Order: sequence, then structure tokens, then C-alpha cells
Amino acid sequence: MLSLLLRQVRRILVTVLVGGLLGATLVRLGPGFGVDERELDSRLSADSQQAIRLERAKENNIGMFYFRYLSSFLRGDFGFSRSLNRPVAELLKQRLPLTLESLGLGVFCGLSLGLALALLTVWWRAPGSDFVPALLSGLCLAAPAAVVALLLLWVGPWLGEVSRWAIALVVFPHAYRYAKNQLVSTAQSPHVVAAQAKGLSSWRVLWAHVFTPAAPQLAALAGISVSLAFGASIPIEVICDTPGVGQLAWRAAMDRDLTLLVTITVLVALMTLIVNSLADLALAAWKPSSGSTAGSAAA
Amino acid sequence: MNLKQKIALAMLAVVVVASLGAGYFAQSSYSEQFRDAISVPPSAHFWLGTDELGRDRFARLLYGTRVSLLLAPAAALLATLIAAIIGGAAGYLGGRWERLLTSGVDLFLSLPWLFLLLAVRALLPLNTSPVTSVVITFMLLGCLGWAGPARMIRAGTRTLVNSDFLVQASASGISRSRLFWRHLLPNLRPILLAQFWISIPLFILSEANLGLLGLGVSEPLPSWGAMLRELENYTAVLRNPWMLAPVILLVAVVGCLQLLLGTEERLSC
Repeated sequence: MLSLLLRQVRRILVTVLVGGLLGATLVRLGPGFGVDERELDSRLSADSQQAIRLERAKENNIGMFYFRYLSSFLRGDFGFSRSLNRPVAELLKQRLPLTLESLGLGVFCGLSLGLALALLTVWWRAPGSDFVPALLSGLCLAAPAAVVALLLLWVGPWLGEVSRWAIALVVFPHAYRYAKNQLVSTAQSPHVVAAQAKGLSSWRVLWAHVFTPAAPQLAALAGISVSLAFGASIPIEVICDTPGVGQLAWRAAMDRDLTLLVTITVLVALMTLIVNSLADLALAAWKPSSGSTAGSAAA
Repeated sequence: MNLKQKIALAMLAVVVVASLGAGYFAQSSYSEQFRDAISVPPSAHFWLGTDELGRDRFARLLYGTRVSLLLAPAAALLATLIAAIIGGAAGYLGGRWERLLTSGVDLFLSLPWLFLLLAVRALLPLNTSPVTSVVITFMLLGCLGWAGPARMIRAGTRTLVNSDFLVQASASGISRSRLFWRHLLPNLRPILLAQFWISIPLFILSEANLGLLGLGVSEPLPSWGAMLRELENYTAVLRNPWMLAPVILLVAVVGCLQLLLGTEERLSC
């Protein structure tokens, strides 16, 4: 358990360092870097312009730039958004809660729906019993997240915050298919057949002998779903006009505000890693013999 | 191959043939404007009507299908090639090389795909010619989509390297390059092919999302993603339901690809 914890912490630290390096390199090499419009101000004296150039020259060394970028990142100073003319930390503080709320509810609803339909399919077992859920999951899997959001917008305003339902529909097919496969393979194992032969009720067999043994593998889905939902949040928030981090990333891309975009990317990667690590740790604590591998197997 | 897969294959074949023969089936070019027929409903001349600029929607759909269906496999090929080099090297060399390359793959996988795609896309010029935008979009997809396949290829290579016949070949003194080219690579072919086919629907969907966000293929060149932007106008779609043709075709094609690939089996591992 302790070694797993240390491994996860090391993974997160490596991601921060390498992700920060990649991010700093992207910002450093990005168009517009090193250009200061104050240099065009004819009212400034030659000395002032020279001072501006000297100030910027410190950032030309990529190593120094990386060090400064990373140290300010770790202090919570994520830089300044050129396009929105505000500090990145302030923008994130404003938008992150909304995205996290949508993501949390969307992932919860998607996983619940997928799991419920998978359980129902395994319990019912009649030929063609999985036709409707399979069709629904196939359609959701074949449609881009943006199209799912558009269709939900058309359905009507009674849905409330559409982005969370769209995220749920993006997560649902993956949850359903994975859960169904896990449950079906468990349902075919000898101990389940023996339980059925002894005359146990179908609900009891399903709960105690199919669902419970498969639960650790199913729980691993939560970690993967978060990463999936973060990716889907960009087109969904843009289409639904939800002022969250996904929409912010899109605006940053359109305005070529790399400082903002790279910071969001590194932060989202960090959050995804933390959730995945927590899922792995929870699994290890739940079932030490197989927990640590369940997350990787599902991934 | 079951009946559903045969139907899916037939549908895909029809779509591919129609898109390749776009010049023959469509009555006009994708960029030709009919200024006296702006936003007209379907007719004998315009099978899916025209858009707000008076361009034939059916022609745009066929040419857009061609762009998406030809370039997604090209991007998948690039991604599989990069994955084969990195994953194959990791599995074949083993030891510290394997640890190093696997850590790189894991790190790449932990970065959110669409966020990374946006970040790199924003670094590149946005105002480019249509053809350049197509190349940029699909090169990006190919260059950033290798990490998942690389993981599978590494695992496959590792299994092969430890297999009896390769250990025996190695023990009998065959050179490493001969071992790689004659014995390892041919046996890796099924994994490489599977990863190639799996990447295609993923790249089609990514292009559609990018196109809808305005970061994909530039006008006037059509692609599924770019054509989906029309759907944002809800009232126009209600009045002209034939505007849904691109989304129906996209879902049908990706659905057919998934049926052929047997997605359910794949997701279980």
C-alpha cells in the first residue's frame, strides 16, 4: 500500500516536472512570445526601451524560463492571460467550480446509468434483452461529444444544465460496455453456476456472486471516466455556452493565448492523475490482492 | 463475420465508393456558389438543398466524406507508425529503455487528449490555406494519437520476445536485425493492424469535434466537422431537417466501423 502511494506520488511529480517543461517550451516557442508592444511607443526614450529589452532578455534562456515558470506555477501564480487581460489563477478560480460540478454530476449519472443497464441486461438474459441499451450506447459512442450536446440543447430547456447530461451521455456507453463485459464474464464463472444450481434467487446471485466480485474492476472505471469527461468538456461547454474551463481552453486556443491554454492543460492532467491515483489507492485498500492492477487493466 | 458486420461493411463500401466518385455523383463542385439558389430545399438539381452561400450540400457532403475518410486512415497510419517505433523499441530492447519509453507513454497518456490537441493546434497558424489546414489537422491527430497504440504494441512485442520460438531463434545465433525483421515484425502485424483500425473512428470523431470548434479544416474545403457547424443554427435545422445529413452519415459510418471492429470485445480489456 505504501509503495503504491509512493509510486503514485512519484508519477504525479514527474508529470508536473515534464508537463511543466513541455508547457514552458510551448509558451516560449509560441507566436508572439518576446514581443512587447511598449517597444513601439515612440514616447519612450532609448534608455527605457533598452531597459524593457533587458528585462525580457532574462526569459530568452529556456532553462531559466522553465525554472521561473515552474516555481511560479508551484506558488499558484499561473501567469497572466493576454487575451482576457486577467491573471490565469483568477480565471480558473471563477470557472473551475462550474466545470467540476458538471463533471462530477455527469460522471456520476453516466456511470450509474451504464451500471444499471448492464445489471439489468445480465439479470434479464433473454435473447435480444440488450438490444436497446446496446443501440443507445452504440449511438452515443458514434456521435461526437459536440453533437451529443447539440441534440440535448434541442431537446429543450427542461433539462436544466445541459452540459452535465451531455457528459453523462459521453461516459455512459463506455461504462455500460465495460460493466456488461465484466458482469457477463463473472456470471459465467463456475461459482455462479453452482449458486444458481443450489436454487438461490436470481437477485441474490446477481448481487452477491456477480456484482460483488466484479465491483473492484467496475470501480476502476471512475478514474478513467474523469479523464474522458474532461476531454468532452471542451466541445460540450462551447456548444452549451457554459462558462467553464473547457470553454476557457477553447477561447484561449482561438485567441492563441498559450500561457492560459498550457496552464489549463497541465492542471487538468494533474487533476486527472490525482483522481486516477485515488481510485488506484482506494482499490488497493479495498482488495489488496487485485486492486492495484484493476485500474491499469481498465485503462 | 456475422450478418450485422456484413451489412456494416456493405454500407461502408457504398459510402467510400460514393465519396471517391464525388466528381461523378455530384452535379457541381463543393465550392461553386449558386447565387440565385441560396438555402433552397432539396430538388432534382440539389439533392440536399443548398447552404447559406448557395453551395450544393450534397456535393459538399460527398467531398467532405472523402476528406474525412481518406485522411483519418492516413492519420491512423502515422499514429500506428510512431506507436510501432516507440512501443516496439520499448518491448524489444527491454531493461532501462523499456522503463524510459513506457514512462514517456504513460506521461503522454495522462495528458488530456483534446486539451493537448488544442494547445498544439493553437501554436500552429490558424489562418492557413484549406489544404494546409487539412494536413495540419490530420498530422496533429497522427502525431498526438500514438500513445494508446504504443502501449498495446509494447505489450505485444514483450510477449513475442519472451516466446519460445524467438528465444530459440536468438539462442541459435540469428542476428538481432534479422530477428527483428524476419521473426518479430511479421508476428506483430495483427496487433499493428488492429491498432490502425481502432484509431480510425477515434480520429474521425476528433476531427468532427475540432471542426465544430472552428479549429479543423478551413473553408471552403468541406469536412464532416466543418459541415456540422451548420447545426448550431437550431431554427434553421428545424425548418430544413436535411441539414442533419452530415451528422447521420457520420454516426452511421463510425457505428459501422465500431461494429466491424467488435468494440464490445475491445473495451473489455
